[in-house]
Amino acid sequence: MKLTGAQALIKSLEMEGTEVMFGLPGGAILPVYDPIIDSSIRHVLVRHEQGAGHMAEGYAHVTGRPGVAMVTSGPAATNIVTPLCDAYMDSIPIVVITGQVAYSAIGSDAFQECDTTGITMPVTKHNWLVSDPQDIPQIVREAFHVATTGRPGPVLVDVPKDISNQTMDWYWPESVDLPGYKPTSLGEPEMIRQAARLIGESRRPVIYAGGGILKAHAAETLRSLAEMTGIPVVTTLMARGAFPDSHELCLGMPGMHGNYTAVTAMQKADLLIALGSRFDDRVTGKVSAFAPDAKIIHVDVDPAELGKVRRPDVPIVGDCRAVIEELVAAIEAMGGADAQPDRSQWLAQVRAWQQDFPLHYEQSFDEGSALKPQYVLEQLRDSTPDDTIVVSGVGQHQMWTSQHWRFDHPYTWVNSGGLGTMGFAVPAAIGAKVGRPDRMVWAVDGDGCFQMTAQELVTATAERIPVKVAILNNAYLGMVRQWQELFYEERYSEVYLSPDLPDYKMWAEAMGCVGLRVEHPEEVQPAIDKANEIDDRPVVIDFRTDSTEKVYPMVPAGGPNDAIILDPSQGEGGR
Amino acid sequence: MAAKHHTLSVLVENKAGVLTRVAGLFARRGFNIYSLAVAPTDDERLSRITVVVDVESKPLEQVTKQLFKLINVVKIDELAPDESVERELALVTVRAETGTRSQVIELVQVFEGKIVDVGHDEVTVMLAGHPDTIDDFEDLMRPFGIDDVQRTGRVALPKLERQAPRLRSVSGKVG
Repeated sequence: MKLTGAQALIKSLEMEGTEVMFGLPGGAILPVYDPIIDSSIRHVLVRHEQGAGHMAEGYAHVTGRPGVAMVTSGPAATNIVTPLCDAYMDSIPIVVITGQVAYSAIGSDAFQECDTTGITMPVTKHNWLVSDPQDIPQIVREAFHVATTGRPGPVLVDVPKDISNQTMDWYWPESVDLPGYKPTSLGEPEMIRQAARLIGESRRPVIYAGGGILKAHAAETLRSLAEMTGIPVVTTLMARGAFPDSHELCLGMPGMHGNYTAVTAMQKADLLIALGSRFDDRVTGKVSAFAPDAKIIHVDVDPAELGKVRRPDVPIVGDCRAVIEELVAAIEAMGGADAQPDRSQWLAQVRAWQQDFPLHYEQSFDEGSALKPQYVLEQLRDSTPDDTIVVSGVGQHQMWTSQHWRFDHPYTWVNSGGLGTMGFAVPAAIGAKVGRPDRMVWAVDGDGCFQMTAQELVTATAERIPVKVAILNNAYLGMVRQWQELFYEERYSEVYLSPDLPDYKMWAEAMGCVGLRVEHPEEVQPAIDKANEIDDRPVVIDFRTDSTEKVYPMVPAGGPNDAIILDPSQGEGGR
Repeated sequence: MAAKHHTLSVLVENKAGVLTRVAGLFARRGFNIYSLAVAPTDDERLSRITVVVDVESKPLEQVTKQLFKLINVVKIDELAPDESVERELALVTVRAETGTRSQVIELVQVFEGKIVDVGHDEVTVMLAGHPDTIDDFEDLMRPFGIDDVQRTGRVALPKLERQAPRLRSVSGKVG
């Protein structure tokens, strides 16, 4: 069967099970947009290429399947670099197709030419420049394979226009041809036995669960490990929902804005069982002062993570689910739950911290009281189904959401962790809703973030993707403001945004959404109820929140985690 | 060369852009390269990159693990100096005026180099040998006045042993 390169590309995407792609056409990708008309693949037309990339990420986050985005060459390709980098940092499988100028014109500074594979090399797991239409099925097959196996990540396929127009003989490859790519999945048995022994000797262990748990579909397995051993679990920003927040062994989020118990339990632990986590600086604080007495068991599918920041006592390369299953078996073989030491003192200590130093804020209902963002989040949390998907941007609102939401299901929390991409929430929420149309999807966004990518709500309206957006509008670039208040003597430099420029309600309405505004605490619940009833278009609520509210606890950047600062009303903490 | 340098022999797929991927990785992970030599192997699908890295800036383990994550990297052998045969080739143009020419020629002979070009008052010498030998030769030529030096960067293969080779292969492919 003779196909054009463009037809072969779309057919290859279909063969890989692509249901939906997010994109925006242009000159160099024009040939590939023609066969889309006849394809089973749904195409969501975005308003900016960055939106296409984040939508693909949101889709991948909640479905576990690779998100697909397609854009043209030059500026379109550079616009999608941010989502690629975001996906690279957070190990999100996305496949990005870019158009390129004709192969013969490459290097001539042709119109809308840029060195896309060169630019994206550092932010993709791998990328390909197609030089022969006959290679297209093989490359697409390999692209999906690389994106979804081992440590997942973004890939890019750059397709020159003349290659799309040329014909090829259709085939579908039986296998991939990647002699240098063999991800390890099973852990080394001796290492697993050593890990089981260390766990059996430990009096103050903590499981340090990271995003790798979700990537490996290991939430259930993690739960069986925690319950069998009775070891408490912290879930990092990328792992919220990987272990239920309402579980008695769950300590919540560690790190710079983690809760006191999660941070302190890690500091005082004699053993950290790091599962799919990478000792990020936002978790460790000052590395030399992080968990000083703890031995480390480190499980990761990427060998380069083992020893990158902290040298593990027991390094295990492998897929989290497979390794945890083997670990559970090894612990059982050593006597299981009965052979674990008595850790009641440790668990009592953890309970005491939880009771003494909970998350804290105060919402006053007196006339004229400022609306607290945490109050909004708790009302929203309690008014939505348990399996609601929550998507956030980056900043204070992100930290408050992670802190105050109760994540009891995996794949219900979508955010930009590693790269910290402002503007992530709106497009990622749209992608999440496309992936899980059965779920309620709420984006919690800051006013600064919202202004970066809000135009994608036009996409949501046009494509009937009914996401809901709660803007915690404090009229500031709030996290920067917080740092300037605490560390720059309240010298506020370029952080004020204004609460009503733009008018978020009118802006939302102009984009075909329902726009609501909330200024007082008593208006919160009715507005949320109203938003929850609307399912035929997007809703945006502009919550006017207290500009002076800060995220606590906080570990000052670069400081040791022992220097955790609580809400000022809670005093000095347990130090 | 001091022990803080290590030689890696990296077998890569012979595809467009692979050298950029390897060089780019070194740059963005903050690894310093001392020298780099690339050439085809007896298998046309593969090339060999011999790279000398500074292991003072970052541990060698991180270098090799990150290199392994590149999809086109097939195999990495770490060649410790005392376990490998290392050679380098240099072309050196040195002043050789009437008064000093015989001294220069004498030294070239001592080092078993070869004069490959002769000008009015200078000569170009080719020297192949251990990189340390080439360093020594350069030092000895410097008083005469070196006009130009072009070194290829070192290439290396594991030393052949009577016992099993002590070549240390880095195992564990990455996802």
